[in-house]
Amino acid sequence: MTAEADNSPEDVIETQSLPLDAWHRERDARMVEFAGYHMPIQYEGIIAEHLWTREHAGLFDVSHMGQLSVSGEGAVEALEAIMPGDFAILKPGRMRYSMLLDEDGGVLDDLMVTNAGDHYALVVNGACKWDDIGFLREHLPDEITLTHHEDQALLALQGPEAAVALARIAPMIDDLKFMQAGLADWNGTPLWISRSGYTGEDGFEISVPADKAWALAEALVAMDEVKPIGLGARDSLRLEAGLPLYGHDLTTDSEPVSAGLTFAISKRRRAEGGFHGADRILKLLENGTEAKRVGLALDGRRAAREGDAIMAGDTQVGTVTSGGFAPSLGHPIAMGYVAADRAGTGTELEVDVRGKRLAATVVPMPFVPNRYFR
Amino acid sequence: MPRYFTEDHEWIDVDGDVGTVGITDYAQSQLGDITFVELPEKGDTLKKGDAPCVVDSVKAASDVYAPVSGEVVEVNGDLDGEPELVNNDAEGDGWFFKIRLSNADELSGLMDEDKYSSFVDNL
Repeated sequence: MTAEADNSPEDVIETQSLPLDAWHRERDARMVEFAGYHMPIQYEGIIAEHLWTREHAGLFDVSHMGQLSVSGEGAVEALEAIMPGDFAILKPGRMRYSMLLDEDGGVLDDLMVTNAGDHYALVVNGACKWDDIGFLREHLPDEITLTHHEDQALLALQGPEAAVALARIAPMIDDLKFMQAGLADWNGTPLWISRSGYTGEDGFEISVPADKAWALAEALVAMDEVKPIGLGARDSLRLEAGLPLYGHDLTTDSEPVSAGLTFAISKRRRAEGGFHGADRILKLLENGTEAKRVGLALDGRRAAREGDAIMAGDTQVGTVTSGGFAPSLGHPIAMGYVAADRAGTGTELEVDVRGKRLAATVVPMPFVPNRYFR
Repeated sequence: MPRYFTEDHEWIDVDGDVGTVGITDYAQSQLGDITFVELPEKGDTLKKGDAPCVVDSVKAASDVYAPVSGEVVEVNGDLDGEPELVNNDAEGDGWFFKIRLSNADELSGLMDEDKYSSFVDNL
């Protein structure tokens, strides 16, 4: 028996440990290498952890992600030059999903940008963070300060019971709505909390000083609503939520329009342009793209995987970029790019999974309804 | 009934000229939640090293190889509706298929339980 599509170790010099490494091991997590770090892929099992998060609250250690801050006069303009988001109207305590774009509009990473008052807080993908930092240093003017907060851990608490649980530690969260953030004081420890996440559920992301992460994780999993959840369920949850995973569903070969992320380009930015790749992206907005990112629901139990060809008869019309069994739905789902004329909801296609044709239907995303607290 | 193991984590129980094949408990624990098992068909002729089965877990698809050559005489239909049998009882009710051995000499290249157990310990 050999795994075909397992998470192979990243090609890194030395795998690093994160602040909660020993905490995960104490809980019998299976650790894998991801983005250059030892990370917990699962504790009791991906399906059980996935379903727990949909029903209760799951605690995710996402300390591999890059926590950056950008400050200085002209920070808004500097950020708007490289991203298509409208940060000028972003009030303190509000956040936006955005994308770092190369000069042709290709997606270098997707990220969250928060107006944190005296600076902008950026949370970027762990696997891209070093490249992102290099890119930001290169493209931000000299008078803008870029700081990488390597001394901060990042925990996510996600699920319908996340708010009830977290309010015991940080009552201020009752004042936050989806995509809002603020500072809490937990017995003298500052917690920067945003109501956001990567599961489609209500939930929070909590930036905590690394030396307090253990105590915070302990305090949270001590609650009946909360269990630790690994990266495996994080992936199946985000797939059901229709959220793209950078490096798979989003790459420099994609741009925001074909990726279906045009909500992240505001009216003003469309009118004014002035961001990386604007010429190309504004043309695509007007004329449409050759391919579109779509959701696929598959018949049966066999899952399609990244790289599988999407077929219409004998013609390849697209490629799967993420796929797997959807624990909340009980059947496999996938995301991929297909030719625009095959991207309509209800289009019947097939996926070639190692020589076998599986019936697949284009369905709207999210696959599982979002339950954000708005 | 002697049981043999492969380095690819298949097991085979041999009774006369028929062997029952599955994946080991170690293999299922590494794969995690199994969501689908693709089986060969009764009557298929397999060569040692063929990959007649695919195991889908939440994360990945894995091939399962034929530990010996022969003809498939039975498949475990229960895995269709209950792939989790492989997680719950990999070396029992979670068996995959039965094969009539065409060359029993192939068994001599496989490991016994003790050898397999030290093989796994060294992984």
